[in-house]
Amino acid sequence: MEKFIPVAGNGLLDRRAFLRGGAALAAAMTGYSAKAETLVEQPWGKEPGSLVPPYGGPSAYEKAVVRTLSNPKGEPRTQHARTPHHLLRGTATPNGLHFTISHGGNAEIDPAQHRLAIHGLVKRPLVFTADALARYPMVSRFTFVECGGNSAPMFSPEPIQANVQALHGLASCAEWTGVPLSTLLEESGVDPKAKWVIAEGADSPHLSRSVPLTKILDDAMVALYQNGERVMPGQGYPMRLLLPGWEGNMNVKWLRRLQLTESPAMTYYEARTYAPILPSGKAYRFYFIQEVKSFITRPSVGMEMKGPGFYEISGIAYSGNGRIANVMVSADGGQTWAQAALQEPVMSKSFTRFRIPWQWNGGPAVLQSRARDDQGNVQPTRAEIIAVRGQASRVPPVTVFPSQHYNGITSWSVDATGGVRHVYA
Amino acid sequence: MFTRSVLLMLIAGPALAAGPNLGTPVTHGDLAAWDIHILPDGTGLPKGGGTSAQGAAIYAQKCMHCHGEGAKGGTNAALVGAPPIKSIDATKTIANFWPYSTTIFDFIRRSMPWQQPRSLTDDEVYALTAYILAQNKLIGEKDVMNAQTLPKVRMPNRDGFIPRFPEQTPGVRDL
Repeated sequence: MEKFIPVAGNGLLDRRAFLRGGAALAAAMTGYSAKAETLVEQPWGKEPGSLVPPYGGPSAYEKAVVRTLSNPKGEPRTQHARTPHHLLRGTATPNGLHFTISHGGNAEIDPAQHRLAIHGLVKRPLVFTADALARYPMVSRFTFVECGGNSAPMFSPEPIQANVQALHGLASCAEWTGVPLSTLLEESGVDPKAKWVIAEGADSPHLSRSVPLTKILDDAMVALYQNGERVMPGQGYPMRLLLPGWEGNMNVKWLRRLQLTESPAMTYYEARTYAPILPSGKAYRFYFIQEVKSFITRPSVGMEMKGPGFYEISGIAYSGNGRIANVMVSADGGQTWAQAALQEPVMSKSFTRFRIPWQWNGGPAVLQSRARDDQGNVQPTRAEIIAVRGQASRVPPVTVFPSQHYNGITSWSVDATGGVRHVYA
Repeated sequence: MFTRSVLLMLIAGPALAAGPNLGTPVTHGDLAAWDIHILPDGTGLPKGGGTSAQGAAIYAQKCMHCHGEGAKGGTNAALVGAPPIKSIDATKTIANFWPYSTTIFDFIRRSMPWQQPRSLTDDEVYALTAYILAQNKLIGEKDVMNAQTLPKVRMPNRDGFIPRFPEQTPGVRDL
């Protein structure tokens, strides 16, 4: 039987170990410790099953796989629904589990009455119906959407004991299909003076954000479909602005208007909300890009490791600047690192699943992941981020946003009992 | 024989782009009810105006329920007060953080009151803006806010910002 030599401290194995070792490796690592059981015919094999529904849902045994709600009674304030990353294993977030933030509830829009206006510094102001847009040549792309405030609890001066859903659940990934905005602006014509596009929603807050025209012409789309079906109400049905890799709030949902201007509007969300304060007292503005980031989803807080042996470490990496080039994983708090396997296809500005086999010896371990993108950006350590951005003056509730745009490393500590805790390391 | 320039002309066409062209041309008048963006220089501000005294009466009726007596905060944010910014998680208020007075008008008109947005007249929005600015002592009690006066109100934290990606934000340094 082949012997498995760790490639980094605390039992991290070569990412290709399974490919090389095959079944013998799996057998050696599991050790077949469980007792054999006598297999029986179960009730579901002895009678026909239930009616096939017109719109399928998950198994009744998967009721725990849901988003967590910050405002379940719909009080007059923002509602957040966070994606349960620890219970998902791929890269496409199921539509019902895609994170949602709605500042005035989910608008319930009759698509026949919805209009998209393009005006301002254009040659021909135009209005489009949803039906008209559905006749345009479309493009599809996988891209993540991440709230600028995702991972904000990481600014806490003490590590908050919360799971990956609570810490990083305001990011999700889907295949979006729609009409490139460059196509629509070609039809409206663009006045050479135009530098910005102010996007506005049809929802009750009429949320608006200013977007540089260069981004709009680069890769922005009016998204009509999400993972093949029409965009969900919480994602802006019947249409949303999609700005791949850019701050979630700018991906205006229920999109009804695009006004081309020379300068930004300095709306509430750009002038006030998404302007993180720096230790100097000044604040960043227009922090457009969701920078390179990764976090481990398994094992993670809330899971119990069932004794020493083989585990697969798995997580998500993404960058608003491009493709993930590599993800390094550490099991000893960053002293030594091993390269994780990246699940193909690795797509630009999209979730990338990474995995690495791990032989846990039952002792203390601190698991970390660190991603690098193809533009040369490296995910910072928490210490590196805090040195520039500062940290909160006190431990905040986990649903509060002491700052924004945290893309540093997350550390999970595994103790000898198999419990997983959030630590700063 | 086609030259390159003739080909380009044929592709570009004389007036319309080569796409489906399924949009409906509209006039500014058609868009008026939606055309509510206000820029920091005052572009987009409508006719009309209001004072703090007028705003106080509207505030008591339509805003106090959430924002508290004297706009000092209730179940939702305080609109008055300027606690010093001493940490990255400091409370951002209109007077200690918001860089432009026009954002107040824009936000009230598009989003407030929370239960009934777009229900206020432009005069009412001006009056509420004046009330908030006067309560924060950023204008006088008797000052009228209108399309000429509002953009001239200089907010205390106007220069408190650094563009994160300056190469991506054309013109922002000049505002």
